[in-house]
Amino acid sequence: MDWVNAVVQGTLLGGLYAMFAAGLSLIFGVMRLVNIAHGDLIVLSAYVALSGAMLLGVSPFVVLILAVPVMAAFGYLLQRLVLNRTMGDDILPPLLVTFGLSVIIQNALLAAYSADPQKLQAGAIETAAFAIGPITVGVMPVIVFATAVAVIAGLQWVFYHTALGRAFRATSDRQDIAQLMGLNRAHVFGLAMALSMAVTAVAGVFLGMRTSFDPAIGGSRLIFGFEAVIIGGLGNLWGTLAGGVILGVAQTLGAKLHPGFQVLSGHVVFLFILAVRPRGLFPRIDG
Amino acid sequence: MPEPILSIEGLDAHYGDFQALYGLSMQVARGEVAAVIGANGAGKTTLMRSVSGLIRNQPQAIRFRGQPIGGLRADQVAALGIALVPEGRLLFPSLSVEENLIIGGQMGRPGPWNLPRLYDLFPILRERRHVPATALSGGQQQMVAIGRALMSNPDLLMMDEISLGLAPVVIKSIYEALPGIVGEGLTAIVVEQDIAKALSVSSRVTCLQEGRVSLSGASAQVTRDAISRAYFGV
Ligand SMILES: Nc1ncnc2c1ncn2[C@@H]1O[C@H](COP(=O)(O)OP(=O)(O)OP(=O)(O)O)[C@@H](O)[C@H]1O
Ligand SMILES: [Mg+2]
Repeated sequence: MDWVNAVVQGTLLGGLYAMFAAGLSLIFGVMRLVNIAHGDLIVLSAYVALSGAMLLGVSPFVVLILAVPVMAAFGYLLQRLVLNRTMGDDILPPLLVTFGLSVIIQNALLAAYSADPQKLQAGAIETAAFAIGPITVGVMPVIVFATAVAVIAGLQWVFYHTALGRAFRATSDRQDIAQLMGLNRAHVFGLAMALSMAVTAVAGVFLGMRTSFDPAIGGSRLIFGFEAVIIGGLGNLWGTLAGGVILGVAQTLGAKLHPGFQVLSGHVVFLFILAVRPRGLFPRIDG
Repeated sequence: MPEPILSIEGLDAHYGDFQALYGLSMQVARGEVAAVIGANGAGKTTLMRSVSGLIRNQPQAIRFRGQPIGGLRADQVAALGIALVPEGRLLFPSLSVEENLIIGGQMGRPGPWNLPRLYDLFPILRERRHVPATALSGGQQQMVAIGRALMSNPDLLMMDEISLGLAPVVIKSIYEALPGIVGEGLTAIVVEQDIAKALSVSSRVTCLQEGRVSLSGASAQVTRDAISRAYFGV
């Protein structure tokens, strides 16, 4: 039963990883931008929520409603004012600039909040749990997982059923021809980053409620996000959710073998899948 | 010549250090069909890309309804009412046939073209509207490319080698649709390798050679001789 329990806990953890991954996947899909600062932006979101919760004296769930538009606006401005200037045929400049951004965010958080671990206090719900047969499931992890499913479903809907999603897909296919349709690329990129940061805000707030965080943890969140994207297959949102779950389960099973194996076993499973299915388990089927 | 809708004066265009157009000048009158011909590499596509804003140029070199547009971005040019059917069609592979058409009309410019009317012009597209655009045959893809441009209700429609790579019978059916497209005040520029085709659909013809205008005149009056001289420079 312990093993079944580990799989269930890992699946629920995978929802959080899927949210790390979704924002990363989205901007790579639309504008071929690899955002090295993504993990730090997740952590930044958690700190924004922390300050919001303290200033307003409300629960992190309420702060979420504020953090999402704040981070989305930040993402739009970041793209328009900084990242768009680096976009071109060469993928190296945006890579370097987001790397620099990552360093800046980490150090700014360190200066503002110190290196002490922080946590978003959600109250009694954090420890609430219910039993399904012999397995005990925490309410909080279930909420996180359900939110991840809703976020993925929402992104899927935006991509395939709205004018915005059409603009994203067209820009992803052929940037110059999309311009001919009257779509201003700089604005479309800004909107893509805004949406990515909205998802990041949700991921950051739930990260902060599930575990403690400090300014240095962004890097490993970036890696988990990358791994989930690659396992699931680039450009496939439901695949990204599956990738997150596989990574989460690999980690909890590894931890069950030996507590030190948690992160390692996730990497091993990732490398294995990359070796046998270089395009991921569920690559997008198109030309 | 009546009031030109498009006026190009001394246009130079470059790809990096390479100059593709040299002081090119050309006028297109409102409501006419103008043909642009020329050998491979003469600069026809470069001219289309310059007018549509995909290549940015000196602002004053290109005027549309009197307004300088040479320095505008492609989306700004499109909003003014210029649409391009690009060489090689370049449909969006991730979008269905219908989505390709809808995105062509996403600026919401008013005018005669909408989905039902387009499906009446090309009925086969109505049948196949939910398949990915690039799953269609070459001729059907060209219909989508033309439809996508028409959906923006342009005042100036530019078509770059729409018959390239298509079977003669398909070319014929696409050109048969042309009279239903122009008219209603739409101005068109047709780029063609097929000289006879170009002359038969247009009222004026401009021939390019190595980035310069080598001939320009009324399509009904230019002689075969003058064209082959302008084409090959012999
Ligand atoms: N992206 C590019 N980079 C560099 N040079 C280019 C580029 N595109 C075209 N050229 C050059 O510019 C010149 C004009 O090319 P252009 O494509 O405009 O010719 P064209 O008349 O459309 O030819 P075709 O009939 O083959 O389509 C050619 O010498 C070509 O090699
Ligand atoms: Mg050409």
